[in-house]
Amino acid sequence: MTRPAVLTGSHFMHGDHACAEGALAAGCTFFGGYPITPSTEIAERLAERLPEVGGVFMQMEDEMASMASILGASAAGARAMTATSGPGFSLMMENLGLGVMMELPCVLVNVQRGSPSTGLPTLPGQSDIMQARWGSHGDYGIAAYSPWSPQELFDLTVHAFNVADRFRIPVLLMADEVVGHMVERVVIPEAASIVRWDRKRPNGKSPHEFLPFRADEDDLVPPMAYAGEGYRLHFTGLTHDEKGYPDMSAETHQTLVTRLVEKVRRNAAELIRTETYFMDDAQIVVISFGSTARSALRAVREAREMGIKAGFLRLVSVWPFPVETLCEIDQSAQAYIVPEMNLGQLITEVERHVRKPVVGVNHAGGEMMPPDSILAAIREVN
Amino acid sequence: MVAPILVDEHPLDALIRADRMPHIWCPGCGIGVVMRCYAHAIQLLGDDADRHVVVSGIGCSGRVAGYMNLDSYHTTHGRAIPFAVGLKLANPDLHVTVFSGDGDLAAIGGNHLIHAARRNIDLTVICTNNFNYGMTGGQSGPTTPPGARTSTTPYGCRELPFNLANLLSAAGANFVSRWTSLHVRQVRKDILYAFRKPGFSFIEVLVPCPIGFGRLNHLADAIDEIKLYRERCEIAKGVELEQLGIDLHGDQPIYVGRFVDRNAPCYEPVRLEEPA
Repeated sequence: MTRPAVLTGSHFMHGDHACAEGALAAGCTFFGGYPITPSTEIAERLAERLPEVGGVFMQMEDEMASMASILGASAAGARAMTATSGPGFSLMMENLGLGVMMELPCVLVNVQRGSPSTGLPTLPGQSDIMQARWGSHGDYGIAAYSPWSPQELFDLTVHAFNVADRFRIPVLLMADEVVGHMVERVVIPEAASIVRWDRKRPNGKSPHEFLPFRADEDDLVPPMAYAGEGYRLHFTGLTHDEKGYPDMSAETHQTLVTRLVEKVRRNAAELIRTETYFMDDAQIVVISFGSTARSALRAVREAREMGIKAGFLRLVSVWPFPVETLCEIDQSAQAYIVPEMNLGQLITEVERHVRKPVVGVNHAGGEMMPPDSILAAIREVN
Repeated sequence: MVAPILVDEHPLDALIRADRMPHIWCPGCGIGVVMRCYAHAIQLLGDDADRHVVVSGIGCSGRVAGYMNLDSYHTTHGRAIPFAVGLKLANPDLHVTVFSGDGDLAAIGGNHLIHAARRNIDLTVICTNNFNYGMTGGQSGPTTPPGARTSTTPYGCRELPFNLANLLSAAGANFVSRWTSLHVRQVRKDILYAFRKPGFSFIEVLVPCPIGFGRLNHLADAIDEIKLYRERCEIAKGVELEQLGIDLHGDQPIYVGRFVDRNAPCYEPVRLEEPA
């Protein structure tokens, strides 16, 4: 007896498993991956579950192959995903760039651990956040989400597939070991209520009139045709024109790279997700993401109990960075506190968009950020 | 000076992107000959060309994906095979062919090559072997014969090259053959055979690279290399796989032929349910 793709109901579920179930609920039919702590349970769960829904689980020989395989599956029309952690994330940067250039939608999950190098394989970190933005060579736009619970690992995995398809971009899910290995309640909705944004398709355009890389003016996203549909497509990592043909001119390069960057910038409002807590009269604003956001919320609550006007901005999406939201907050905020499990990465992004003082609360990873350190920073700033 | 033969149409027009011509290959290069064999094999197979997909990596041979009028994917250096694996498994109805060079497939992509062969996944891999990295200007690679001079082995190559046939056989490929760009009929026939054969097929074709490799190795004219092939190539009969290494400067035979043709089960993903 096989189980359906969507396990509707209330579960006590492991975060990595929730991610795998989110992929299945989103209609993922191909996973290519390589075992690496602390993301391995995603692969293990999908090795068991994908065959139950007619999908393909493939354990590849390394992370370069994993990333390449999901791009190939995407080119054939599948919703495809891989999952890894720091060292594997580095190896995937090469073909992440190919995914950006070929505009092949896919989802890359990074369950972050203590880094650099082999670092702390079984312990958490949030130090790949800048790599998520800039890790592959060249200019490009990217979307990255950072879940703070197993429930959100489910929800954001579904969302990541939608965003990937809607904008034809690789989407990063920047989890961390704390949420990946946490077991909590996960509510999976009815299959019919799971939102699906579909890819734009050629809609009957003949192979003669269809230009595979001609983007629509409004959103800069070109409709996508798949291998085997008769379009005789050409996809290349080289700079290419609207037909997909290589063109080694500065003009074509300017046009293409600008569009790839603008595609994300122009659609930022649709990509960005934030949540605010206690922000109405907040003077000290805590900004955080991922598992650290759990500690940050508790610290802000405790500060409020002490009568301190603290508020909390949670970055559900880390990239694109919510510049407009921050500029608005900056009208009334007096100071910012940015806790993160690294030695100061996302704080630089906050610093360059606000005019008030910004204080970091940092540690190099290996244990969850304690709420007390964040509370101490709030009290000191106050 | 021989006048060029100009024709209005060619039997393979439908499979070549005329709007990508002229190609980038040097005079005397053998890659185009092998591409023609590939196109002809597709035509001989006779099924819908829309079902054929070509995936290539980086380098001179990588440009084949741009010139074939098929769904074509010109990927990153070395990663053509894992890209093709994803494509094939996501749509098993496609004929997926990887067309790339020796450096792309056996050096930077070497790990993917042996693992795809080990899985015996249903792909056709055409490897044009010109003993060097041509596009970057003639550097040594994993197949550069001992003693050969290249721009990064100016004193002669001190490494031993891969014996690709032996490597692919050991890794588990169902079909392994080697020819040269002189053996047009055999190359075409083996590509067609590979299309029909389930599992991993590897067809190595030795091709002249007069500009990148030949100039420094007394083969500056492609015809000299073709002559060398004609003089020294021998169909391998009863030759051990270990003996299939290539030494251009020696006087032992350069073995060609079908080295492996077996019917091991090819990779099938577990499916407990049909795809939705």
